[in-house]
Amino acid sequence: MTAPRDKFGRPVVVVTGMGIMTSLGAGKADNWAKLVAGESGIRTITRFPVDGLKTTMAGTVDFVSVDPFSSTGLSERMAELVTQEALEQAGIGAKADFPGPLFLAVAPVEVEWPQRRELGRAVGKPDFTYDDLLRISGGGKYSAYHHRFMFGSVAAHLAETFGTKGSPISLSTACASGATSIQLGVEAIRRGETDAALCVATDGTVNPEALVRFSLLSALSTQNDPPQAASRPFSKNRDGFVMAEGAGALVLESYEAATARGAKILGVIAGCGELTDSFHRTRSSPDGKPIIGCMNKTLADAGMTPDQIDHINAHGTATPENDKMEFNTTSAVFGDLAQKIPVTSNKSMVGHTISAAGAVEAIFSLLTLEHQRIPPTINYETPDPTILFNVVGNKARDARVTAVMSNSFGFGGQNASLILTREPA
Amino acid sequence: MTDTASKPGQTEVWITGIGLATSLGEGLDANWAALSEKRVNVDEKGFAPFIVHPLLPVTFDSQIPKKGDQRQMEAWQRIGTYAAGLALDSAGIKGNKDILSKIDMVVAAGGGERDLNVDTGVLTAEAKGANAPGFLNERLMSDLRPTLFLAQLSNLLAGNIAIVHGLGGTSRTFMGEEVAGADAARIALARIASGESDIALVGGSHNGERKDLMVLYEFGDFNLKDKFAPVWARKDHSGFALGSAGAFLVLESKAHAQARGAKPFAKLSSVVADLARRKQPGEMAATLEKLWAKLPRGEGKGAIITGATGAEPATSEERGFLKGHADFPVRATGTMFGHTMETQFPLGIALAALAISRGALFPPNDSTGTEIEMQGAPTQIVVVGAGHWRGEGMALVEAVS
Repeated sequence: MTAPRDKFGRPVVVVTGMGIMTSLGAGKADNWAKLVAGESGIRTITRFPVDGLKTTMAGTVDFVSVDPFSSTGLSERMAELVTQEALEQAGIGAKADFPGPLFLAVAPVEVEWPQRRELGRAVGKPDFTYDDLLRISGGGKYSAYHHRFMFGSVAAHLAETFGTKGSPISLSTACASGATSIQLGVEAIRRGETDAALCVATDGTVNPEALVRFSLLSALSTQNDPPQAASRPFSKNRDGFVMAEGAGALVLESYEAATARGAKILGVIAGCGELTDSFHRTRSSPDGKPIIGCMNKTLADAGMTPDQIDHINAHGTATPENDKMEFNTTSAVFGDLAQKIPVTSNKSMVGHTISAAGAVEAIFSLLTLEHQRIPPTINYETPDPTILFNVVGNKARDARVTAVMSNSFGFGGQNASLILTREPA
Repeated sequence: MTDTASKPGQTEVWITGIGLATSLGEGLDANWAALSEKRVNVDEKGFAPFIVHPLLPVTFDSQIPKKGDQRQMEAWQRIGTYAAGLALDSAGIKGNKDILSKIDMVVAAGGGERDLNVDTGVLTAEAKGANAPGFLNERLMSDLRPTLFLAQLSNLLAGNIAIVHGLGGTSRTFMGEEVAGADAARIALARIASGESDIALVGGSHNGERKDLMVLYEFGDFNLKDKFAPVWARKDHSGFALGSAGAFLVLESKAHAQARGAKPFAKLSSVVADLARRKQPGEMAATLEKLWAKLPRGEGKGAIITGATGAEPATSEERGFLKGHADFPVRATGTMFGHTMETQFPLGIALAALAISRGALFPPNDSTGTEIEMQGAPTQIVVVGAGHWRGEGMALVEAVS
């Protein structure tokens, strides 16, 4: 029997339900099977024409239908499906009556090109100005688009569908968003505000403008052929990340509440930490101090030392800068252990699910703990000689895993880390 | 369940810094003077038939010294980064590396500022027959400025504040229109009250002078058109006039503030928020009533500062709720500042703290009788924020005893 409080006297926060969707498929079983088999979900984009784009592949979720299609609509639908999966597993509350708040990581919402083009056509003349678009926007014809493109629309839909309590929070901390949603849930439970929290992260934004935006920042891989080999974390010939879609949902509960209702405990969120980098909008401080501080804060929050971490689920985007920085900072925190602890990047297979990544990778980390098997980093043919991680290259590896650190670093100086364990420490 | 009120044994949270850059001016004195003189800054012509409350121009250099930084931002981020700097100045912690390296930031943000020329260029070319499969891709690849993306990302307001002012604690950005501002204050307060944090920068910014936003709100017929009127006088001519503003607060535990000799404007006692379904008439008012009941109000003279938008049916429902609390004189910030969306709630807290610290509520500006004169000094002000479409929030700001 384990104490319901951690060594700092706070309620221990456990996971009792998980749902996931990536370009590999829907659900934990399908995703895990493909992940440990080293399959890639990256493929040539068919959703829209790719003519004129430098990057023509992505990890799209094409097996979920949304009508009328929008990136925000896809994000919402994926979030709904993964939440259903998580709630079924947790068996918590009643139908449409989840006993706690919702924390949703979601991509920033904007009116999208299909809708903008619809407006353009509705003007009905070849020469017009933005004022003409504005003039025809009212009158109720497009009222559904107002609701669709509210930033809070996805959270409002989920809150109504699943009956979460209070004001649902929609958040963005760029590529760290998924981790932040979990952190907010952990904090709410630790403060004693609630016994349960629903943490969801979703991103369905593979659309032309999003691809162009990342392309213009030279962030994306252009190794389009074959698409499955594009994402090459820790490899010498890595050249950028691969955009991808996906969603993850976690039901968090206090250990006390979970055990009181006899719930199966899937893992523990032992620690979380975040630290802002004020160096640059898209680049990390060259000394890596904010990332080092983030990892150290997370270890301190968990009350753990580096030698207690036996696996790192890396941010591992496969951009030249990130992977190098991640090795250097991990070395600063873990010392020689940075070259011994098995490290993997799920992004080699599912791509970078941006706003969802922190939650998707937390779930993969928890599945790693459950199965005692570390999924591979595929496309690891030419290791970068300056990155001396013990990369789980190309083939899954059985291992004794008791505690995983999962890292997320994003634009805007966002750094967040989580430590996940099997049993309360 | 997701409330944040100071509980016995929890830390008292003070508002020790306020930064305002609005359509009425920059800084506390300029805004207070305009409010006292019932001066409203509206532009009825520049975006006609739409009405906006434009930012009263500021010298961005004074808070954002590097031109390179200014160029990396669009207007909404410049306004916010500027106002955040004013808040840090107001709290006396500008440039204080020890404090700024640990300060926690919770920002309420929209984003998505667009290049209208690029959008119009694509659409008119398509109207003239451009229909090659890669047309959109090619135009976007050649026409979009690479840095525009960074001005569109919601969390890059926080990112810019961190870069320009040297903040190195935590950084979280909440989205979701009006209630995002309430949730930002709610979470920051909860973290300080529980001891997770000592000091936080909270707020938001909004550029109302954006036609792309007007298109979005016009989809729902929410824009005020043709003629300005106070929020309460829009019943038959409903809508909101977008406003430009940045409003930031420094929240701090009493102990942290006292240790550095900082003086409070007021204390932030409670922030609560909820999501009414708003499917049936009365649901929103019932939620406001529920939130009101959760506030640990005291005995002293009270007032209400609301971000009521002027959009219907939300504003009429809120007016019904307010009638039930007529002993609290009401002020609508939408009349004076326009609707600044995510920023309206932090702006309301800022004005509540300012009114308490100056010992008076600013005068009414309303012809319908919803706003009445208040004699004497308010010791507690309830900030109300009900979104034009969804989301309800409320805060209690009190005098420090």
